[in-house]
Amino acid sequence: MGPPDPSAAPSTVSSPGSLAASLSEAVGTEHLRLGGSGDAVGGFVPRFVARPVSTAALSALMRAATRHDLAVVPSGGGTRLSWGPAPERVDVVANTKGMAGVVEHVAGDLVVVVRAGTALDDLQAALARAGQRLAVDGHWPGATVGGLVAHGLSGPSRLGFGTLRDLLIGATFVRADGTVAHTGGKVVKNVAGYDLGKLLHGSWGTLGVLAEVVFRLHPRPPASRWVTATAGTPAGASALVQAVVQSQAVAVAVELDRPPQGPAALTVMLEGPSATIDARAAALGARLATAAHSFATSPRNGSSPICLSDLAPPWWGRLPVDPGGVLIRATTELDALPLLLGAFDAASEATGLAAHARGSAGVGSLMLGLPAGAAPDAVADLVSRLRAGTGRWNGSVVVLDGPPGMLGTLDAWGPVAGLELMQRVKEQFDPGRILSPGRFVGGI
Amino acid sequence: MTPMAALAETLRSALGSEAVIDDPQRRRTYECDGLAHYKVTPALVVLPTTAAELATVVRACAAGGVPFVARGSGTGLSGGALPHADGVLIVTSRMRRIVEIDPSNQRAVVEPGVVNLDVTRAAGPYGYYFAPDPSSQQVCSVGGNVAENSGGAHCLKYGFTANHVTGLRWVTPQGDLVAIGGKAPDPPGYDLLGVMVGSEGTLGIAGEITVRLTRSPEAVRTLLAGFESTDAAGAAVSAIIGAGLVPAAIEMMDALAIEAAEAAVHCGYPAGAGAVLVVEVDGAAADATHEFDDVMRHCEEHGAFELRVAADDRERALIWKGRKSAFAAVGRISPDYIVQDGVIPRTALPEALRRIAALSAAAGVRVANVFHAGDGNLHPLVLFDDAEEGQAERAEEVSGAILDLCIELGGSITGEHGVGSDKARYMPRMFSDDDLDTMQLVRCAFDPEGLSNPGKVFPTPRLCGEVPGRRSGPHPLVSAGVADSF
Repeated sequence: MGPPDPSAAPSTVSSPGSLAASLSEAVGTEHLRLGGSGDAVGGFVPRFVARPVSTAALSALMRAATRHDLAVVPSGGGTRLSWGPAPERVDVVANTKGMAGVVEHVAGDLVVVVRAGTALDDLQAALARAGQRLAVDGHWPGATVGGLVAHGLSGPSRLGFGTLRDLLIGATFVRADGTVAHTGGKVVKNVAGYDLGKLLHGSWGTLGVLAEVVFRLHPRPPASRWVTATAGTPAGASALVQAVVQSQAVAVAVELDRPPQGPAALTVMLEGPSATIDARAAALGARLATAAHSFATSPRNGSSPICLSDLAPPWWGRLPVDPGGVLIRATTELDALPLLLGAFDAASEATGLAAHARGSAGVGSLMLGLPAGAAPDAVADLVSRLRAGTGRWNGSVVVLDGPPGMLGTLDAWGPVAGLELMQRVKEQFDPGRILSPGRFVGGI
Repeated sequence: MTPMAALAETLRSALGSEAVIDDPQRRRTYECDGLAHYKVTPALVVLPTTAAELATVVRACAAGGVPFVARGSGTGLSGGALPHADGVLIVTSRMRRIVEIDPSNQRAVVEPGVVNLDVTRAAGPYGYYFAPDPSSQQVCSVGGNVAENSGGAHCLKYGFTANHVTGLRWVTPQGDLVAIGGKAPDPPGYDLLGVMVGSEGTLGIAGEITVRLTRSPEAVRTLLAGFESTDAAGAAVSAIIGAGLVPAAIEMMDALAIEAAEAAVHCGYPAGAGAVLVVEVDGAAADATHEFDDVMRHCEEHGAFELRVAADDRERALIWKGRKSAFAAVGRISPDYIVQDGVIPRTALPEALRRIAALSAAAGVRVANVFHAGDGNLHPLVLFDDAEEGQAERAEEVSGAILDLCIELGGSITGEHGVGSDKARYMPRMFSDDDLDTMQLVRCAFDPEGLSNPGKVFPTPRLCGEVPGRRSGPHPLVSAGVADSF
């Protein structure tokens, strides 16, 4: 694959017929179709949906898009396409589902090379046969590994294993101009060159399209246990979190679930040898009971008994939002968790929006779900109320998902430190602004 | 007044005269880092004491178009802090303040010159430590760890510096001080931390660093196992990994490395061993005991003729002393040596060791092997005597051939020492022109003038804005006198 011809200026006027011919030539006629209303992204119906089946075809597609100045939105399972502000324009949806499958899995190296359009669930099933896993445990049916990396999603076990950012050790991706580039490699320990995988993680398809990713793997644990305590107040929930993370429990996950009405459940996941796990769970349960007791100042906000289980609670790893609802990510320093939870309550009360908080309390990253049909003004009010307090807990508030009309009316990303550097990175990688333009921070 | 003298004056008035060194003799003490056979005396040495001063120095360099190189403790092994003859060397050794140890947020905030082990010492009383532990941790700086994305023996389980940095106050190559991340996770936007860490000084300089502190494990169990051969020891490692165990560290040394360590520090490793493994397991006490028993069983089943379990911290330290002093120790058995750093997929270990032995025999150059066996990070020590004609060249050839072998086996040219000055020429063997041009896009975004540690990491970088694929004649940076010896 040679570099693109720099002398080829973008043609500003292209007939639909010649465009179709150009894109067909890139990905193959059978992998190109006209876009329909069901393909809309942020309210824009794309002119074409392309489904390249190889890195070479994806590269040819991006070369053609650059030549014709077509805006491209990459997609995988389509499960996250509603996320973020609408792009400024969409000409082509580049779907990677045709680029699926494990390329190489050397179990002894605990490494897998997988094509970006592979569904995470399919990958996990393949790895399970070797007693291994990619150590992310969110419930994301249909989502592809490329889409999850691009959106920077994380599950409960990020406390123990990090996020996909930390598990991604290499990638092959296609730049806006069609250049195929590699970063990292197939070994965990590797400091040769810039780690572009981390730059692509959470870049929302604005820097390049992932073609293949390489992950480090972990063995599946012999046994797992979930220990749940409840807390009636933000301070009580935070005390439980501190009781776990400051202990020797070696928790893999510390998750909080707090429905609009009712107390917070704090669930801790332990993993380890079968011979010791029940004793560890019992010891942690006792520790949590002590911590909960110290916060039970009255019977009304007192705690219910500690629950030990060898099954995850039904909400484990699921986003706290129903279809059509609004999803917000809010982060905090760990010891300021009560401030953030208190701010949820205050903002929820002031706006009349029922807010469901859930997420990785043990690392200070929570999701907040608002019901479908929430009034845009009320959502904007809630977001600004939360942002007004972020200086006290040094976190951020980002609106990830919501009805397309709403996401255009509010500042989804909020203030972003280092934005000028990010804009310079975007300018280098995608000077023509054809990759998901307008979706990312600062209008990137 | 020369431009450099004018710059020195400017910086003296801004930072105080004690912060600026232009005396040639004193400048020469900074002529190299840990890779001592590359030597360049910097035109000026500046020692700022705060992040703001650091930014002032970089701003002055940027204004004058003067290249600058950052240096922490100077322990780097790839020449990443090799000075620029016409540039400023910015030394962070006076930035040694631990700003904050914050156990309830599990973070520490430190200045870049703070010594790695001092973070752990300061966090220890709270039950925490800083996980990245390069062998030089008693000397090396956290700022250097950030630049090199340093690892260490325990990164098998705990990851590298990149996994432990959550915030940076970063001095851009224009001299702006930008805060990225902090104590909270998931800052919105591109993961700039991810490219800043490990950028080897080419994207700017860390002015202040927020690191994750890790809970000190309840139990640590350490084992020294003697084997007849590296093959037997390698098979034990495979069995341990294959059983789903994740020790904190698995280190291997071969007979020559053991001989050197014994001569240097009398660590009491098993006599006559063809290889030793150091395996450490940590975590919850009950689990550590359980996993440790499994590790011992796998070692025995694969022919370990001696198993020594550290009974206390003193014995544990002695086991580690042999391993951590191995690089310096080969000085006892050879006048000169090259420390190589390459990575192979762990399963290729037996093949790699056989082929290194063959290379060694063919060239008549001894190679001692010390490595992080759990993750395939090899540190072959190529021994030679510079006094004997041709030996240094032969050693260089063997050392380079080992890197080629790592690439061929699907690995990397560096696992933790960095590319620096030493390996820039090997980058094209691992990455295509398109790959390198893509990395260069990041460089152009951060440092379009190419002033931040020029000549490191990348061979013949194209100028920002230059169309790729059209290089001819000497590189423009070389012609312009801005850079040399790519």
